[in-house]
Amino acid sequence: MQPLQTLRSRTVVLPGANIDTDQIIPARFLTTTTRTGLGASLFADWRYDGTGAARPDFALNRPEARGCSVLVAGHNFGCGSSREHAAWALADYGIRAVISTGIADIFRNNALKNGLLPVVVDGDTGGWLLDNPGVEVTLDVASATLVLPQGRSVSFALEPFAQHCLLEGVDELGFLLARRGVIEAWEQRR
Amino acid sequence: MPAQTLFEKVWRRHEVVAGSAATPAVLYIDLHLIHEVTSPQAFALLRERGLPVARPARTFATMDHSTPTLTAQVFGGAPIAIDSAAKQVRELERNCAEFGVELLGLQHAQRGIVHVIGPELGLTQPGQTVVCGDSHTSTHGALGALAFGIGTTEVGHVFATQCLLQRKPRTFAINVEGGLQPGVTAKDLILAVIGRIGVGGATGHVIEYRGGTIRALDMESRMTVCNMSIEAGARAGMIAPDETTFAWLAGRPRAPQGAQWERAVADWGTLPGDGGAHFDRQIDIDAGSIEPMITWGTNPGMVIPVGGSIPQRGDDAVYGRALDYMGLSAGQPLQGAPVNVVFLGSCTNSRLSDLRSAAHILRGRRVAKGLRMLVVPGSQQIKREAEAEGLDRVFIEAGAEWRESGCSMCLGMNGDLVAAGEYSVSTSNRNFEGRQGKGARTLLASPLTAAACAVRGRVTDPREFL
Repeated sequence: MQPLQTLRSRTVVLPGANIDTDQIIPARFLTTTTRTGLGASLFADWRYDGTGAARPDFALNRPEARGCSVLVAGHNFGCGSSREHAAWALADYGIRAVISTGIADIFRNNALKNGLLPVVVDGDTGGWLLDNPGVEVTLDVASATLVLPQGRSVSFALEPFAQHCLLEGVDELGFLLARRGVIEAWEQRR
Repeated sequence: MPAQTLFEKVWRRHEVVAGSAATPAVLYIDLHLIHEVTSPQAFALLRERGLPVARPARTFATMDHSTPTLTAQVFGGAPIAIDSAAKQVRELERNCAEFGVELLGLQHAQRGIVHVIGPELGLTQPGQTVVCGDSHTSTHGALGALAFGIGTTEVGHVFATQCLLQRKPRTFAINVEGGLQPGVTAKDLILAVIGRIGVGGATGHVIEYRGGTIRALDMESRMTVCNMSIEAGARAGMIAPDETTFAWLAGRPRAPQGAQWERAVADWGTLPGDGGAHFDRQIDIDAGSIEPMITWGTNPGMVIPVGGSIPQRGDDAVYGRALDYMGLSAGQPLQGAPVNVVFLGSCTNSRLSDLRSAAHILRGRRVAKGLRMLVVPGSQQIKREAEAEGLDRVFIEAGAEWRESGCSMCLGMNGDLVAAGEYSVSTSNRNFEGRQGKGARTLLASPLTAAACAVRGRVTDPREFL
């Protein structure tokens, strides 16, 4: 996993609430057996028209979205299925953080395992970010803060363990593998 | 010890290492179900790290998501139409052989939708922890298991260690009292719950469905309720095991037998929550006031009684977009709206009782001219049971297609699709944009309502036929 310490980027905004994983990556792209290359299919049905051409009015297709690595989205982002393909597609496209007033549980877990930072903010901050697309923000993992353009700093919840994994670029498997003895002893006892 | 909920008892039984401020809990997993779509990358992780599947006896594979439902493609008369799906099927066969995981493969007599066959075979049992790389794993909570969907990286963690790192979720009691009216089913109940609390209403929580109405539901209805917990954002949904649970499980091939069964039942009897146990949230639902429900929008929370009108909601952009996508207007009644496709199936509503309930309306009738109806049983066993009592004939004579088991048109991965712009009344769980095919418009409803809509070719209250 690629480490993530700080991120400075303009935002790209998808304002709708309840953006589900079927929109992030439609099911027909799930017949892959690898985790790479899904960025091209990210938001496929919103991003491309029936002929496969980019829809110019879709936020990710606008020239100012180029190079943005922070996605701001409406409440309850990532609801729906458990497909990790949603996190893979966002990461492969170049998104490293998602900011919303609410992020669905399974998507949140999947995001953290792929170096993609889920940031849940209060309603005022979320509303302001939705109303002001393209602003430059800074995310700092070590202090779990989001810094807005005027220098206002907003803290967000980030588990110490998830924070450690993001900062070091390590996944959780190593932690679990190191406890195999404890797990086996527990199995014997139960 | 303070009074504990069902969830807390199951959680505590599986905490290998308790969570702390610095680290999540190490939670032991009793049953790991896998399928062809979300496992290949997890097997790849094992290969990269040179690791085995730690507990193959607790790991169980089937194929359902991208598999064909046409008999010839399942049983070898014709190639699987979608190459990438065929590749996933072959890859799961190869992975299970290499890592020693039991697989109920494409032509196996016990194959089916993973959340249908887990309970059906008695693999799922009260008090277990059950995970699968699929959000509808919440279904298994109907037996009193703690069952939740995970991503593929976590599938890899369970493969490698039989454990997951988890933060303890909060608890949410949904208390349901009163009798369901005739024509109102478990599907209508859970749609009404989601309509009330919203699609993110239970995020971070495990729901326990409680109360007299739930106690009176049969097991298949309980599975329908727990199945859609994820549509309210819940981590899991659970129902305390009782005599209904034990009677349903008894004698199933993978359930404990003989003296082991007696011991298991005695233990399961201790699982229901203690009196006075605290829930972080509670709501009360009056079952008697629920009517047959149907969705009008693009998430399961956008739901109204079949006889109701689409609510007005000013200038809400999401709302407007949903109406645009669905080709419907605020204030419009849904009853009488045209229907092009009816899908009876999915892990929500593809069990024998679902098929019987739809057949009750379809017997001696025909689906409306020009309407396509697809009936996809949840498992090969359900298919055989339905055929033994002649339900297949009822569907075929009504003009419906009778298929092999699988997820099919719930998510259209296997090519069973609804065309752009068409209206599909579906017994599945998600009405998201494009869920049943690009541009497809899905209206979620019960099997009874779906059958009534099939006969009329329009949105219809099933009580007209009862």
